[in-house]
Amino acid sequence: MSQGVAMVGLYVRDQDEALAFYVEKLGFRVHTDVRNGEYRWLTVQHPEQPSFQLGLFAPGAPVLDAGTAQTVRAIVAKGAMPPLVLNVDDCRAAYEQLRARGVEFTQEPMDRYGTVDAGFRDPSGNGWKMIQARP
Amino acid sequence: MSVDPASQDPELLRRLLRAKDRMDASSHEAWPVRRLARVSGVSQAHFARSFKQAFGVPPHRYLLTRRIERATALLRDTDLSITEIAFQAGWGSLGTFGRTVRDVTGESPGAIRARQWATARELGCVPACCVSAANRPHLTIAVSEKRRRVPSGINGSEEK
Repeated sequence: MSQGVAMVGLYVRDQDEALAFYVEKLGFRVHTDVRNGEYRWLTVQHPEQPSFQLGLFAPGAPVLDAGTAQTVRAIVAKGAMPPLVLNVDDCRAAYEQLRARGVEFTQEPMDRYGTVDAGFRDPSGNGWKMIQARP
Repeated sequence: MSVDPASQDPELLRRLLRAKDRMDASSHEAWPVRRLARVSGVSQAHFARSFKQAFGVPPHRYLLTRRIERATALLRDTDLSITEIAFQAGWGSLGTFGRTVRDVTGESPGAIRARQWATARELGCVPACCVSAANRPHLTIAVSEKRRRVPSGINGSEEK
């Protein structure tokens, strides 16, 4: 596939912390991690989804001024960013595994609408739904 | 509130979010400020003030919106009795449940159920949490869950 969405970025409060979370806890892989002065372009990938990158960006210079960056940090910390969805084969198994790794779950696995879903947040406050893929 | 929300410390906001998440996950439980403040690791006075500044509503009013959202979802998605739904959603009595739902939504629980069941649903592709959130009441006024004192002989006769 050569056309389509290639990358979607998240704002995170700390890129090192986010990297540890998405790689060590969720099992993503680093795709790109390059720096230019203070700026760090950091993207990760789901191991089964090579055509898509998830960007982990810190709000701040040189892209955002200090006041805007502070506002963005507040919005993320309040959980006001839009929902994210992670598909898994087995929601309950993934829940047990991720919880054992210290992932902060906001909702235990729940049977509804013919599937199972759970909810968790990354350290910054970005909220994920983890949904069992329908067979 | 005139205070700029961006002036709040993001670390504090993240901990306030944790208390909000706990209410979301277990809205049927009792959430006195003491318990919420403990989740966030701040004093009770600091919690109540900071929560309202961060999320625009006092914590108990936020909890009420989540309970009504949950009750509405149960009315729509299950055939549980209205009494059972009242208790599952966190109300201690059917009367308080019915009165509060009417005050907030303008409809009785039975009327909400009848309307939802009559409406064809094509929401299978939207995550359930978003369907549910879309039905959350936009509560901009204070709602008292206490029994209203209606002067007898006017219109209080149907109150049980």
